[in-house]
Amino acid sequence: MSDSGFSRREFLAGAFRGRNLALAGTGGAVWAQLVEGQRGPILRRRPPGARAEPEFLATCTKCGQCVEACPYDTLELATAGQESLGTPSFEPRKIPCHMCPDVPCVAACPSGSLVPDTAIEDARMGLAVLSDQETCLAFQGLRCEVCYRACPLIGQAIQLEFRPQERTGKHAFFLPVVNSNACTGCGMCEHSCVLEEAAIKVLPRDLAQGKLGSNYRFGWEEEPTISRDFGPSDAVQPEAWQDNTSKVLDALDELEETTTP
Amino acid sequence: MSWILAHRYLVLRRLSQAGILLLFWLGAHMHLGWLTGNLSSSRVFRTVPLSDPYAALQVLASGHLISSTVLIGAAVVVLFYWFVGGRSFCSWVCPVNPVADLGRVIKRRFHPHGQLAVAREARYGFMLLGLVLSAVLGVAAFEWISPVSMLHREIIFGAGLGLLVIPWILALDVLVLRHGWCGSLCPLGAFYALIGRASLLRPAFAAERCDHCGDCVRVCPEPQVLHFDRIAAAGFVGGGECTNCARCIEVCPQEVFSFNVRPIRAGDEPATTEI
Repeated sequence: MSDSGFSRREFLAGAFRGRNLALAGTGGAVWAQLVEGQRGPILRRRPPGARAEPEFLATCTKCGQCVEACPYDTLELATAGQESLGTPSFEPRKIPCHMCPDVPCVAACPSGSLVPDTAIEDARMGLAVLSDQETCLAFQGLRCEVCYRACPLIGQAIQLEFRPQERTGKHAFFLPVVNSNACTGCGMCEHSCVLEEAAIKVLPRDLAQGKLGSNYRFGWEEEPTISRDFGPSDAVQPEAWQDNTSKVLDALDELEETTTP
Repeated sequence: MSWILAHRYLVLRRLSQAGILLLFWLGAHMHLGWLTGNLSSSRVFRTVPLSDPYAALQVLASGHLISSTVLIGAAVVVLFYWFVGGRSFCSWVCPVNPVADLGRVIKRRFHPHGQLAVAREARYGFMLLGLVLSAVLGVAAFEWISPVSMLHREIIFGAGLGLLVIPWILALDVLVLRHGWCGSLCPLGAFYALIGRASLLRPAFAAERCDHCGDCVRVCPEPQVLHFDRIAAAGFVGGGECTNCARCIEVCPQEVFSFNVRPIRAGDEPATTEI
């Protein structure tokens, strides 16, 4: 446009003058530093359906529509001074994700940073980790199981493992065990933990989850089966077990009969 | 009353700025669905998407695809500002504008010296730099530091440290930069200025009534757009940098300026009805 303050040629000619290049260089360095300084360690529990952290950080427009859509006020945008400024996350100990079946936060996201149509059971907001056995009541032999019962996927994401209590000789431990294949990271467990500081915490998956190398192949899962050594034994099947038990008892009876004078 | 008449557009602009913030705030806190989200991305009546087009460009530059919702939203915004003047965003919507205006008031009273004169065109450089840095860093670089979105977000989603943007910008405008944040740095303003170069709604200029008193130049935040020969020839205040703030319209005793629709092709007659 001829009526604008300057022409494209003037602009380009001006842009490459030494002073302007210095300005752009300094500005660019400060600018890049400000961006990089916000990355920090990623310790944020992201909303359901969030893409992998690098893609999430690149595509999230920080509009807060997920925050507004959440009926439980779970989500918050990071404020100035926090890492990844303006992006949504939640603190389960304050307000956990209630795992709405219609996932309104995902539906509200305009940018696809929360993958559209994510089913809430497929969400991976983080991973619950029983991080401190020394304070967890269950590991002291006390009956608690509050996290187990609070879990929306009870019996799947948190299962109870029973173990004999050797100290008393007549009780059992009821130990909560997290299954990373089912845990959505909603944080109900962390929120409900009765301790002053939760012994079970939701951590970002990047931080908490292990990864099985592709070199590991389980023989009993291969087709055809390579090894039966670690596969399900017939002996633990209840019917088979009863069968075996009765056989053993019969044998004992026979033995008793033959040995008694 | 006469004060309001002499500042009618200023009052309207403050109402527009406050009203938009209020609607966003009500959307976030009272579940009023007129405007949800913020200036980065939003929905009008929970349906029509709006998106910051410069932010969308940065996401593209960072090497990521953007969703169709954001793409449509950005197109709606570009089209809207093509009609009403690109930098209308700056003076009618942007929450930094009242801060910058306050800075100008302070400056006019205290006349600080020794400020850094960064050329007004530098903003176009920073706009390009934002895209280059997005490509280098892999994230939308300006969105991560933007005082515009930071301020807007903090007002709507709860007042945190981000409100410190206000004293920062005031200090920058009053003490450091001669043309201030809006006048020489803001990449978003630069982007809207590019749209504004071709946009339709503009102050029309009736050269024959002008008595060269200079009131308009003194009150204009981007006085370079009021170059007499240029606007006299075009009959309009051209150039993308005009923010359609209309201070010139209300300040002029000769009523030389008035909003009108600029002809798309040079030589066409402007529309006969004045707005």
